Amino acid sequence: MGATSHKRWGRARVVDVCEVAQYVRQVVLAPERMDAPAPPGSHIDIGVYVNGRADVRSYSVVGSGAYGNEIVLGVQLARQSRGGSAFIHQLRRGQEVQVTQPLQNFPLNYGRPGYVLAAGGIGITALVAMGKTLKARGADYRFVYGARSRSLMAFVDELATEHGERMELRVDDEGTGMDVDELVASVPAGGELYVCGPAPMLDAIKAAWARTGRRPSELRFETFGSSGRFAPEAFRVRIPRLGLETTVSGDVSMLEALEACGAEMMYDCRRGECGLCQVKVLDVRGAIDHRDVFLSDAQHEKNDRLQSCVSRVVSPHTAGSGGDRDAEYGTVTIDVP
Amino acid sequence: MSQPGTTGHAAFRDYPLNAWYAAAWDHEVGRNLLAKTVAGRPIVFYRTTAGRAVALADACWHRLAPLSMGKLRGDDEIMCGYHGICYDADGRATFMPAQDTINPSATVHSYPVVERHRYVWVWPGDPALADPDTVPDLYWNDHPDWAGDGKTIHVNCSYQLIVDNLMDLTHEQFVHGSSIGHDSLSESDFEVTHTGNTVTVTKWMLGIDPPPFWKRNLQDRFPDYDGPVDRWQIINYTAPSTVAIDVGVAKAGTGAPDGDRSQGVTGTVINTMTPETDNTCFYLWAFARDWCTDKQVITTRLREGVSGVFFEDEVMLEAQQRGIEANPGYDFYNLNIDAGSMWTRRIVARLIAAEQGSDTGRDDDHSDHAAAALSAVTAAENARTEAGNGHSGTGMEAEVGDGVAKHRDRPEAGLMGRGI
Repeated sequence: MGATSHKRWGRARVVDVCEVAQYVRQVVLAPERMDAPAPPGSHIDIGVYVNGRADVRSYSVVGSGAYGNEIVLGVQLARQSRGGSAFIHQLRRGQEVQVTQPLQNFPLNYGRPGYVLAAGGIGITALVAMGKTLKARGADYRFVYGARSRSLMAFVDELATEHGERMELRVDDEGTGMDVDELVASVPAGGELYVCGPAPMLDAIKAAWARTGRRPSELRFETFGSSGRFAPEAFRVRIPRLGLETTVSGDVSMLEALEACGAEMMYDCRRGECGLCQVKVLDVRGAIDHRDVFLSDAQHEKNDRLQSCVSRVVSPHTAGSGGDRDAEYGTVTIDVP
Repeated sequence: MSQPGTTGHAAFRDYPLNAWYAAAWDHEVGRNLLAKTVAGRPIVFYRTTAGRAVALADACWHRLAPLSMGKLRGDDEIMCGYHGICYDADGRATFMPAQDTINPSATVHSYPVVERHRYVWVWPGDPALADPDTVPDLYWNDHPDWAGDGKTIHVNCSYQLIVDNLMDLTHEQFVHGSSIGHDSLSESDFEVTHTGNTVTVTKWMLGIDPPPFWKRNLQDRFPDYDGPVDRWQIINYTAPSTVAIDVGVAKAGTGAPDGDRSQGVTGTVINTMTPETDNTCFYLWAFARDWCTDKQVITTRLREGVSGVFFEDEVMLEAQQRGIEANPGYDFYNLNIDAGSMWTRRIVARLIAAEQGSDTGRDDDHSDHAAAALSAVTAAENARTEAGNGHSGTGMEAEVGDGVAKHRDRPEAGLMGRGI
């Protein structure tokens, strides 16, 4: 496991769409071709249409349906979305979409003495199938599912039924928020912690994990680089060497905006992992909202480079360092390869 | 529009034809017949008595017997070993068996050839586009200020894997640990720049202990110096497959990063790869130096030393090629360290696209493919809406779908029934 499968694009028909929580829709797709049920932890890439442009988004596969021939997605209409989730929410039965086969970057390792699954909000979608698999194998596991409020939690009743006492809900506005140190401490020696959730939750768990001195490889997580510390907002980018300047609107990535304004960019993963779309930061007004997992925390703090596919800039006002609300954009001055 | 379904990174194995490829060292082409396949084209090389290098299609016009099994005739001709048809250096028949005339259509292709900087370069593509001025400038190979020598390796891998190898020298730490490897290689930052058909990757390692290879080279010139060095690697790629690497070390802190290399030694690793087939190539390399240029013993020492280093690459590259072929469904996962190689691949993809008359390039951006697919979907969706069906109409069409039918047959197949 772990090698990158060659993506095969094919058609899939939307066979069901229904609301499963506030802002969350379950979308069931029937791909034209499906060689095997999606393995736990897998995702698909799906062609979306955002503001008149075709683009690609990745969503975790929640399940493969009773016959193993469907792809079940759970998609939250994200406040911080760049438009991909809005497209998914507009899908109707019978429409066709373009999807890849299930792709695996977050495989479940079998045979461990114990597991903790920790989902935050819509991150539950990456862990549902893992929980089901662990239960079926009779594994020792604990499934912790947190969110700001219960109305936002998709699949919660079904999961509680399925997992019984192994399922623990952590709901902020019910005063039962997640305690990351307790979470990490509960992973037995040799066990693994699987995490999918928003960046602040992931950061907190990574930090707690590091504090215990545990093996980094036993903390498993996945990111699509889609959430940061701040909601996306428009910002300015300048490349003095090329005499280029452009505005990155809230619904496009910096990488896309740079390409659109004539900077030739290199990239590969487009989800903040590989480090190929890195640009050098010469100056920043406002704050960089790093959303990648390529750079270390220490490198993030230096703010001398950023991964343009996912990371963004917010204004001084948004960053909490003063300034009028609408008076100025965040601005970043960069150089590119 | 690109078709990423057929051109993943790992499966990438194409080469442009409109390019100069170094087919051989100058001394290999003489009054003998040298058969080589370049870019999938079988070619026979020889030299006329006047000294001109000739490259003819290695297949007789008559019944495709290899001309390389024939023999040289007169000052500039080659005779097919099967039925004796002779061709001149331009590939035109000069003798036909059992007839008094020369068939006017009897020719074989004569490939454009240029000899430069000790290599014989051949142009496998459209001869009208063969401009000798675009032969990569590898002047170090025969410039009086430089001394060096090299070899040819036949490698069972795509030429592109060797370009990748040379564009990212962090591998030296792991593949060449005993000679030129150093921990600083993977720890140091590097800088990538590019132009239309060149890519440059620059890495400086300041104040390090020199690895054994460079310690010895520096002591050729400064026998008493045993201290730390500033080391540089400046990788210069020229499309499609030439990589000249400016390498060296200088006494630490003597100004090498600012251009003063007087307290150091500089070498140029000259590499040019010639695709033979999709998954084999010729790797012509040389190492030229700017120190002690009058000492043949150093030339030989470096040639044999580098030869040993490159054998380590050869083993890894051939194993990598086998790995690629053994995993046909998989792509490379490209990392930050692959930036140099990614730019070379993008340039090569553009060159190939230009040859094929496409203006989009065969890049690997899946969104291009999705864009094409989506526009079709969107068009179909729009057509339905215009027909006045609206959402209920599309919903009706959905009813015939297999999945929906199953869903209805099993009303209990709600969320949990779907296997989540």
